Amino acid sequence: MYRYDEFDRAMVEDRVAEFAGQVARRLSGELKEDEFKPLRLMNGVYLQLHAYMLRVAIPYGQLSGRQLRRLAEIARRWDRGYGHFTTRQNIQFNWIALADIPDVLRALADVEMHAIQTSGNCIRNVTTDHFAGAAGDEIEDPRPWCEIIRQWSTFHPEFSFLPRKFKIAVTASPEDRAAVQVHDIGLHMVAGPDGETGFAVYVGGGQGRTPHVAPLIRPFVAKAELLDYLEAVMRVYNRHGRRDNKYKARIKILVSELGTEAFTREVDAEFAAQREGEKIALPAAEEARIAAYFTPPELTARESSPVHEGRLSGDPAYARWARNNVRPHRVSGHGMVTVSLKPVGGIPGDATDAEMEVVAGLAERYGHDDVRVSHEQNLILPQVALDDLPAVFDGLAVAGLATPNNGLIGDMICCPGLDYCNLANTRSIPVAQDISNAFSDPDLAEEIGELKIKMSGCINACGHHHVGHIGLLGVDRKGEEAYQISVGGRGDELAAIGQILGPALPREAVVPAIESLVRRYMQLRRGPDDRFIDVLGRVGHQPFKEAVYATDPA
Amino acid sequence: MPLIRLEAGGAVTAAQDWEWPDAEAALPAQGRVVLGIERYLAALPEAADGLVMGVQLVPEDDPARLAAHVETLDLIAIAFPRYTDGRGFSQAQLLRRRYGYRGELRATGHVLRDQVGFMARCGFDSFETSRAGLDEVCAALGEYRLAYQGAADRLRPIPARRHDDVSETRNG
Repeated sequence: MYRYDEFDRAMVEDRVAEFAGQVARRLSGELKEDEFKPLRLMNGVYLQLHAYMLRVAIPYGQLSGRQLRRLAEIARRWDRGYGHFTTRQNIQFNWIALADIPDVLRALADVEMHAIQTSGNCIRNVTTDHFAGAAGDEIEDPRPWCEIIRQWSTFHPEFSFLPRKFKIAVTASPEDRAAVQVHDIGLHMVAGPDGETGFAVYVGGGQGRTPHVAPLIRPFVAKAELLDYLEAVMRVYNRHGRRDNKYKARIKILVSELGTEAFTREVDAEFAAQREGEKIALPAAEEARIAAYFTPPELTARESSPVHEGRLSGDPAYARWARNNVRPHRVSGHGMVTVSLKPVGGIPGDATDAEMEVVAGLAERYGHDDVRVSHEQNLILPQVALDDLPAVFDGLAVAGLATPNNGLIGDMICCPGLDYCNLANTRSIPVAQDISNAFSDPDLAEEIGELKIKMSGCINACGHHHVGHIGLLGVDRKGEEAYQISVGGRGDELAAIGQILGPALPREAVVPAIESLVRRYMQLRRGPDDRFIDVLGRVGHQPFKEAVYATDPA
Repeated sequence: MPLIRLEAGGAVTAAQDWEWPDAEAALPAQGRVVLGIERYLAALPEAADGLVMGVQLVPEDDPARLAAHVETLDLIAIAFPRYTDGRGFSQAQLLRRRYGYRGELRATGHVLRDQVGFMARCGFDSFETSRAGLDEVCAALGEYRLAYQGAADRLRPIPARRHDDVSETRNG
């Protein structure tokens, strides 16, 4: 993984000192809360319902064991013993005292981490495929480009006061596991006309109150031109994005109001107008320097793993976990392990200090010191030999981290909701817990197969409900919590926004409605491989609508 | 309104040296006046020889309209009606880097202490704001030693510095 040099270190040290000064000015009263707000927001500090929340950047979701241990220490020492991994591959601490934040930032800087640009109207943490560098289907490792983008976007002098926040995602596999088409900019690495790798550029996707799937605005941008092209997109947005209405300020609105063609013309004109002195001209040696940090670990291909196969045949619990939570690695005889942060009845994405330390230890011992945070709020050990898989399973199982539900109904995305967030309308977490409990039988969950439920406690859609196979949106209906159900969303390479089935249901009707949807799906499917999302594509929404509203006509 | 001007190695307070006539007021025959872009472009052909004109841009203005005049302008002021409106950063970069403007570039309006570092990088060299005093501006300018991006200032970006040989690094 990437390591800081003296330059990166200086940037983060200067940031810690600057923010410490800002906090001191706030605590002394020199800065009022409204003046402090934009400053703390640039550094991931939110004032939530009960306390300040600190969001720490995990660039493109990658952590070393040491870094994960440090997050555990922070949770223990300055928070209440846990953290919440987010859909942005970051972690949030919900109970940090403002006066402690400079110390927390110093503790992070020691392990080459920070909270820079995890909030505010600037370019946020760049995200990617949580299997990057290990997946068999990728054409190239996208992480060097994530790091290049991270550096380019850090304290960008021109693009730090954008109309609204800005999210960039990169993927390099045909199967898009990074949901790039629902980002402000989605970069999909593809082979170009001469066989060299470059980027298909999607602009103007997003969720929130007006969801959009991003249109493709340029099918191929060469690597050498990527940052210049991004500058062109950013400048068009910074100059022309709406600033009159916070809810219309994202780039998706600019793209849709101008139209894809006119927007693309603007970007292309800006790109063409760049003079030689404006070009970024990343030195080839710099690209090579960064790429070298992502050299894959030396793994020896193995045709079989007697240890693993023996355990498979003798231990059904292990077999179930391996079947669901381990995917084949690019190198045979290895696997990419999903550590589920979705225990039955648990809070999606939460991990305690002890749990983080267990995962860190397993990564150090068996996983080439490589941990990822997935946007689906799980942790990933992407480099595990099948020979070591039983030991990893045992280590996880002891800590309650071996829930075998990756990609299944219990593997929900859920925002923090009204338990923490001052934007939320509803308490989404308890609903997720109820659904999780209702489908706690692992046989049933496996029989249902791949089904992605995503839930947001308000229209801001932090829980990605628009791209859930089943999406749940919490709304306030005359002071009562209610949930709008949509189906058919997906965040992959066939990205689509889910369609609302009908009027919002009262909270207590949510679990029965999910059960009805699942029952109808099971009746309609042609076999176990015919997934919920496939059936929906074939038969349409009507049967599902009937299933939900026949049981609850309200 | 205090005026702070950047100079080699720091910043100084300066006296207001331009007049900002009302939109309705007739133009004087001489002196130094700052005009909106429409009025400036309209006045150019017939302005008296003794009159020196600067331009004030608002966020909606397209700096490309000044491209033909950058050699003759001594002052371009860019207004920040709200600190959250970052369009002026792009206007500044365009004027400096694309159109080659070398005169004074002044940020006016709702300019916060914690923004002047970025502004200086985008090419601003004076600030007219009630939100930041000289000491604060000097402190803010000293907060970062390095930057990843090339911009209108002369700071050599980190990705390039990493691959400088030793003699080049010494020259900055």
